[in-house]
Amino acid sequence: MTHATEKNLLDVSGLRVAYGKVEALTGIDLTLQEGKLVTVIGPNGAGKTTLLSAIMGILPSKGTIHFNGQDFISPNVETLVGHGLGLVPEKRELFATMTVQDNLLLGAFQRYRRGDKSYDQTLNEIYKIFPRLWERRQQQAGTLSGGERQMLAIGRAMMSKPKLLMLDEPSLGLAPLITREIFRIFADLRSQGVSILLVEQNARAALKVADYAYVLEGGQIAMQGPAAELANDPKVIEAYLGLASKHQELLSS
Amino acid sequence: MNFQIATLLGQDGLTNGAIYALLALSILLVFTVTRILLIPLGEFVTFGALTMAAMQMGKAPKLEWLLLGLVLIDCVLDLYQQIKYHIDRNKMKKIALKLGYALAMIGLLNNLPLSEIPMACQVLLTLCLIVPLGPIMYRLFFQPLADAPALVLLIVSIALHVAMVGIGLLLFGPEGARTQPFSDTGFRLGAVMLKSQTLWVILVSIFLIVTLFIAFERTLYGKALRATAVNRMGARLQGISPVFAGKATFALAAFIGSASGILIAPITTLYYDSGFIISLKGFVGAIIGGLVSYPIAAIGAIAVGMIEAFSMFWASNYKEIIVFTLIIPFLIWRSMNSHHVEDDE
Repeated sequence: MTHATEKNLLDVSGLRVAYGKVEALTGIDLTLQEGKLVTVIGPNGAGKTTLLSAIMGILPSKGTIHFNGQDFISPNVETLVGHGLGLVPEKRELFATMTVQDNLLLGAFQRYRRGDKSYDQTLNEIYKIFPRLWERRQQQAGTLSGGERQMLAIGRAMMSKPKLLMLDEPSLGLAPLITREIFRIFADLRSQGVSILLVEQNARAALKVADYAYVLEGGQIAMQGPAAELANDPKVIEAYLGLASKHQELLSS
Repeated sequence: MNFQIATLLGQDGLTNGAIYALLALSILLVFTVTRILLIPLGEFVTFGALTMAAMQMGKAPKLEWLLLGLVLIDCVLDLYQQIKYHIDRNKMKKIALKLGYALAMIGLLNNLPLSEIPMACQVLLTLCLIVPLGPIMYRLFFQPLADAPALVLLIVSIALHVAMVGIGLLLFGPEGARTQPFSDTGFRLGAVMLKSQTLWVILVSIFLIVTLFIAFERTLYGKALRATAVNRMGARLQGISPVFAGKATFALAAFIGSASGILIAPITTLYYDSGFIISLKGFVGAIIGGLVSYPIAAIGAIAVGMIEAFSMFWASNYKEIIVFTLIIPFLIWRSMNSHHVEDDE
């Protein structure tokens, strides 16, 4: 295994997903290099969540998913988790009646199963990043506020030390200040070498932190390019950023 | 009724109640993790008891052929999948291991002097024979429809129960059986003679219940099973496979069921079809706990045992009616008090 930064950690080609006869994704090609933060933006119903679900194996799909040196065709979720893929889904999917600490520990289930005992250390690191979770570690996850739940969902995904962390709308329904905090954490994680695939509606903030971006429209990739370039592309500005949404930029500052 | 009768009845009630509590807990466990109401649980009880009885009569229990048959079907299905997709060396090893295990069990059962070996070995052999049936049955009958509605799972569960009663008749015959008690000593408590088997039942039940509690509250594997029950998708995203969870809970249920059968076989005569009523009483306990609360289910099951014992004294003919009527006030009370909580995630 080489540690070259040019290595493709994730390479999706010709990915198609259909809900019955309706095709939600019609042939997506997407690559992500190790250590990079890639974002997928697009309007409602463009297929962003479907894309993440298909890569994760939650939805059956056609096409190949090349992840961490192996090819998968419509894989199942547990296999991919075992290979180091982590997803923070839009619905969070926390264990509502279990404590915050148990939620986090279960994030390390795969490592525990493999006999990796160093997850306590990761737990401490996560408590350091999210001191709020430490304060509430004995509380049931269902009693947390929206922002705290999001922190818990991200923390739980990080407990498995994923090679690639996929996040679906992490800022959804969060107050601007908390969104800002969460985006700052993504930037930190990236600088620590964690690869991230971020799906966001909050396009301006996402483009600010990302290295590379894809614009998804109607189940197809409409545009792609380095995030900084897309952020200045007149078409993107017109469709997604708008002059009026300038305030979003503050969220990622 | 005098004190002596009351203690005797209490002793009976507590013994049965302890068994019902064990069964109630495994019904709950299986239901919360897999949404299956495990009606065939009672068959594991009778299989356990009748297998022990067969061994004590020096016969190799015919249940070994059921194990071999199911393992063969399981392996054929595995092989078919291997050929259809791709051949995985680890999986092939697993298939060989499963077949080897079934054949080894048959070899052991046919060559050991079953009636002469110590009772602990008989118990161990019985458990080794029955416990693997749980996960295999999950694999064959429930795993292909894991996403089906609860009603479909219930229907399959009833079908499996009916089939297993039939297989029980085929393998063990219509005669009832009773086994020797674990130890012969009795002892006096005041004016009352206590049977030592009663103590065995109560102690082993308490031990199992406490162990289950610790396993579920303290170990990460237990928490993983609970997590599957709380949020299936959330659990899958942590790499906890529902298949693993289903097999693990079925193994536990088969273990608890057959252990209960072994425990009560010296006290009551069991027939191939006695399991249903026993597990139904455990089910009443589980309903009292609302199919969610473990402690309330356990207490409810012990109450069922007590009420059964005392109604045997006062109104012997109506014993079963009284026990099963119990469920109605609880259902009414539950439906008045429970309100559907929306999942706000």
